[in-house]
Amino acid sequence: MTGAEIAFVIVGIAAVVGAFRVVTARNVVRAALYLVVTLSAVAGVYLLLAAEFVAWVQILIYVGAIVILFLFGLMLTKAPIGREALDNQRRGVAFLVAVAILGGLVYLIQGAFDWDAPRIDPIEGSVASVGTSLFSRFVLPFEVISLLLLAALIGAIVLSRKEDRP
Amino acid sequence: MIRLPLVLFLSAALFSTGVYGVLARRNAVLVLMSIELMLNAVNLNLVAFGQALHDITGQVFALFVITVAAAEVGIGLAIVILIYRNRETINVDEVNLLKW
Repeated sequence: MTGAEIAFVIVGIAAVVGAFRVVTARNVVRAALYLVVTLSAVAGVYLLLAAEFVAWVQILIYVGAIVILFLFGLMLTKAPIGREALDNQRRGVAFLVAVAILGGLVYLIQGAFDWDAPRIDPIEGSVASVGTSLFSRFVLPFEVISLLLLAALIGAIVLSRKEDRP
Repeated sequence: MIRLPLVLFLSAALFSTGVYGVLARRNAVLVLMSIELMLNAVNLNLVAFGQALHDITGQVFALFVITVAAAEVGIGLAIVILIYRNRETINVDEVNLLKW
């Protein structure tokens, strides 16, 4: 194993443990904080894959904005504590489905990808290279997605506004 | 220098954890968090395949997915707060407005 792979395994274990705690935590605020652990660990994996721009966007947007939104959502709604209040009665079935999906995916991946194939030789994922691609080949999807974000913003404001019309 | 299947295994583990969360949780905000886990698994695959194939497109699409996730969380939490205001609960198994 190379040094990068050892670092990857450590960060990956942190990501999986955090994700596991997100779906099993009995306190909703703790679940949100474990989500921060998982998202930061995924950003670390992006850094190990040399995708630095995506990694910083992940930190800024996910950890900086989306988790704060989640915490506001938890603050504005009643958040009961305890497993029975947060989980439904079909935990066993859900666990079986998740294990089946994991087993199927692992079986497919180890069948489809050769373990002894050459390791990933990453290309540079800097702001300049991503930006050049974004504003040359993908300029139309970029504009469409900014319109989508604007529409979602206006929709959220309209939805959560208090009804005070006559 | 990382083997490609290692990244794919991590992504599969994150995705199935997210599936468990979506199926087992009652609280709508926790369901949205589990959806974020699944979107992260997809992003991980996009970046890993992009780097393995020496194509920057994977990272560009990961950025698009992050943007759509931000829009989805904004709308989703607005709907959750609206449901809480009207029904005093955000348990997804008690909201049956669209159930026939």
